[in-house]
Amino acid sequence: MLNEGLSARSPKPKAKMNRLYPLLLLVAAAMFAYAPFMILAAPYESTMGLIQKIFYFHAPVAMTMFVSAFVCGIASAIFLFGGRLGADRVAMAAAELTSILGLIVLVTGPMWARKAWGVWWQWDARLTSTLVLWLIFQAYLLLRRFGGPGSDRLAAGVALFGMANVPFVYWSVNVWRTVHPTTTVVPSLQPGMRGPFWYCFLAFVLLYVSVLGVRTRLEKRRAELEALYLAVEE
Amino acid sequence: MRFVETVWLVTRKDLLIEARSKEILYTTLFFAVSCVLVFAFGFVREGRPLGDAAAGILWIAIAFSGTLALGRAFERERQSETLRALMMSPIDRPALYVGKLCGVLILLAAVELIVVPLVGLMFQAPLFAHPVLMIGLLLTGTVGFAAVGTLFAAMLVRARSRDVLLPVLLYPITIPVIIAGVRGTAALLQAEVDEPMARAWLSMLVFFDVVFVTLALWTFEPVMTE
Repeated sequence: MLNEGLSARSPKPKAKMNRLYPLLLLVAAAMFAYAPFMILAAPYESTMGLIQKIFYFHAPVAMTMFVSAFVCGIASAIFLFGGRLGADRVAMAAAELTSILGLIVLVTGPMWARKAWGVWWQWDARLTSTLVLWLIFQAYLLLRRFGGPGSDRLAAGVALFGMANVPFVYWSVNVWRTVHPTTTVVPSLQPGMRGPFWYCFLAFVLLYVSVLGVRTRLEKRRAELEALYLAVEE
Repeated sequence: MRFVETVWLVTRKDLLIEARSKEILYTTLFFAVSCVLVFAFGFVREGRPLGDAAAGILWIAIAFSGTLALGRAFERERQSETLRALMMSPIDRPALYVGKLCGVLILLAAVELIVVPLVGLMFQAPLFAHPVLMIGLLLTGTVGFAAVGTLFAAMLVRARSRDVLLPVLLYPITIPVIIAGVRGTAALLQAEVDEPMARAWLSMLVFFDVVFVTLALWTFEPVMTE
């Protein structure tokens, strides 16, 4: 523990990366400040009207969430089979972010659905797999929080299984309920809508990367502090 | 050959302990039967069960009693640290996992032997009209559920609040098994039997089993190493 804490002092290139995160955050913040103007300028969707504007935040957050889930799964695999502690910290940060992004998706989605479909919730493949993925990451965080010592390895196993589970959930719900009205939205977007959509996606990805970096660094500092406490007690 | 031998030894050990106490079998069986009864009060109106109730009740009963059996099976290993002893013995970890899985599967099969006819009887469901497909669904569904469950229950032996964490982790991951089991069974129970649909769900379950048993064999060693 002590050795890990001492040897984990940031080497030079890492320090440079760390200085990059505030910059990324600033860029993301500036992009978010400008995003409403781009969304306002985008053409009106003919049937849904104003409510369709929520799409510019809803879909990019959902895409970022799936990216985040895969980051967590892959980092967990690296931790489990390679034994790299850094990967575990990335996995934990990614899991927390997946949970927050998932919450945003699950709040904005029903708001849109209420106006567009007339119901808050539909048991279609995309909605259900998002909900299940979110539940798996809640379980992951619960395990890490209440599982006691050694739960990091167990949580890594859960993340790996959770990632492998996504295609199965998607397929099974798709066969169970094939009533999705919008199957392929993103490729069929109107030209005027495409710009703001990808702009928002980029903004969310930038925000995601910077928060992930900061959160991972925080977790590392916490581990170092714990190692130092242990060293003092000894 | 050594692999099969180890699997058999671990399974035989579990079955022997169970045969002497019969604790898990009796409690799980009683729990499954009470589950079916409780659902019967919720889903039977004026003497007739609602639409697809039988298929859903059957699989929920299997999932709930499976969770109970898994928790008890590994609680037994924890009490006198016998799981640690097993882990210290010079045997293949995957063989240990498969051995435990077989033990759980045999236990669940015994429970299903009672619960399936019971559901058929109470909900007037023709569960044995297509025995091959039905047994296939039950077998693959149980294997899928137990494959994930055995791994999670084994790794939770070391964790705190393991009793509540097992269902919390297990149910979201086994949702595809539940959907496939319920929809496949429902396809066999409806007025016009939809055999191609049941077969599609069966193949989905086989695919799920292959992927998750492989993953479990692969992750069992790193997860269980302290």
